Amino acid sequence: MWTQITAVLNDYTFQVVALGTGMLGLISGVVGTYVTLRKESLLGDALSHSALPGIGIGFLLMQRKEFVVLLLGAVVSGLMATGLIQLMSKKSPVKFDSALSVVLSSFFGLGLVIMTIIQRNPNAQQAGLDSFIFGQASAMLTRDVWLIVGASMIMLLLISLFWKEFKIFTFDADYGKTLGFSSRWVNLLLSTMIVLTIILGLEAVGVILISALLIGPSVAARQWSDKLSVVMGLAGIIGAVSGAAGTMISTVGVRIPTGPTIVIVLSIFIVGSLLFSPKRGLIAKRMKFYKKQKAFRQQIRRLEEEQGK
Amino acid sequence: MAEEEVITIRQLTVAYDANPVLWNITAAFKKGKITAIIGPNGAGKSTLIKSMLEFVKPATGQVKYSIDKQTKEYKKVKNKIAYVPQNSSVDWDFPATVLDVVLMGRYGHLGWLKRPKKSDRDIAEEMLKKVDMESFRHRQISQLSGGQRQRVFLARALAQQADVYLLDEPLAGVDMKTERIIMNLLKELTKRGKTVIVVHHDLQSVRDYFDEVLFINQEVVAAGSVKEVFTQENITATYQQDHNLGEGASS
Repeated sequence: MWTQITAVLNDYTFQVVALGTGMLGLISGVVGTYVTLRKESLLGDALSHSALPGIGIGFLLMQRKEFVVLLLGAVVSGLMATGLIQLMSKKSPVKFDSALSVVLSSFFGLGLVIMTIIQRNPNAQQAGLDSFIFGQASAMLTRDVWLIVGASMIMLLLISLFWKEFKIFTFDADYGKTLGFSSRWVNLLLSTMIVLTIILGLEAVGVILISALLIGPSVAARQWSDKLSVVMGLAGIIGAVSGAAGTMISTVGVRIPTGPTIVIVLSIFIVGSLLFSPKRGLIAKRMKFYKKQKAFRQQIRRLEEEQGK
Repeated sequence: MAEEEVITIRQLTVAYDANPVLWNITAAFKKGKITAIIGPNGAGKSTLIKSMLEFVKPATGQVKYSIDKQTKEYKKVKNKIAYVPQNSSVDWDFPATVLDVVLMGRYGHLGWLKRPKKSDRDIAEEMLKKVDMESFRHRQISQLSGGQRQRVFLARALAQQADVYLLDEPLAGVDMKTERIIMNLLKELTKRGKTVIVVHHDLQSVRDYFDEVLFINQEVVAAGSVKEVFTQENITATYQQDHNLGEGASS
């Protein structure tokens, strides 16, 4: 087992892939912090699930796995779905959560149908297309990894430049508008980054679980700090570790898809944070409650004794 | 003595879907005065403030500001107008400290991309002192009471050092101490020639706190100085029809 692990760690292909998933985890954690704080977690889920038909159609058009075309298809169908959700919840009596479930599952269903059709046609090029459902990091090419690294660097730069604008529009968008910032531009920039992050992660993590990588790290990180910059940095680290560790486990094991292993590692971070964080953790809160309870009991007993005299 | 009108609203009508929320509102707010906007639930008080800030697009009519002698539209004078939203409008579990939030009041002066400087920090600290929250500056905002949250929001608006202040129900659900602090600070602003407009719900305190009053219930019912206009007749006329309860319901 151990020799197997060291062999994997020293493998160049693994290193490249782990760099890709680690970076992907990092940028998902960072960008995802805005998603959770803006309470748009469900939209991320809808966006990623509904990317599947776009990937399928992209493949049908090219008849081979052209990464950029597949991602373009993913963006188009993902945006169509979110547009449809907005339209339904605003212009029809259907409520947001129902609109979301209906659109998400219809698009995902359509995606599965298209994928099945593709797989029935014997075509050597289709190999690895199903990695988009559950994620298979080993299907990533060096080129794909550099795309992830490059795009992540640009997004990190944008976040550091527009730090205060993103902060105010996440906390209090109406107030941000009154300060003279264009909400259209800030929101467009933020949404584009969110979409880009999801799309970049589709191959490695898969459409079903990529939103977990987007949401999970910041949920865990929020437990440890009350400062936006620290929460975001920590979310990046948790995402990166989950991405790299998940990839390693899935490589060592017998072809477990990468998406699920990454998400399982991530869940350990989340559960640990929810339980053990010193201020907001469940255990700390319980302890504090018992301490208070004990103090109250003692106070009451003392009062009783005094009255008894 | 002719009083200077800082904000003029002309024939403003706002509709969500087909139903008008505000109908043909014509009103003016005077420089150096504190005005209460009074009306029942659903009368369009918040909508009026929001259309003054161009959050909602009116079906007809316009709002003009004449802050430094020239009459301009809202976009041109944004930085001179400070808005205090209802404190329930944001998520207070956001990871930020009291000082972080007050510093946001300086963002407009900084413009795109620039970071707050020492001088901005000093202004934020000074405003925190004014609302008696300086000892809370590094406190996480989720740990504040309703009244303290409202004071932080006021400090943020003060940090803008604006000429016009628009406040949406700043006294809703706050403690006595906060109410006193807020109203004293608003009075002080008017003494320095600033214009203050407050959406207000408590009829009891109108006489003590305000110079002017604007009664609305979708339409303007009455407007003028508290002395002349704040009468039982106008109150009754304003509250006669409650749009939340339907036509003709009286209270």
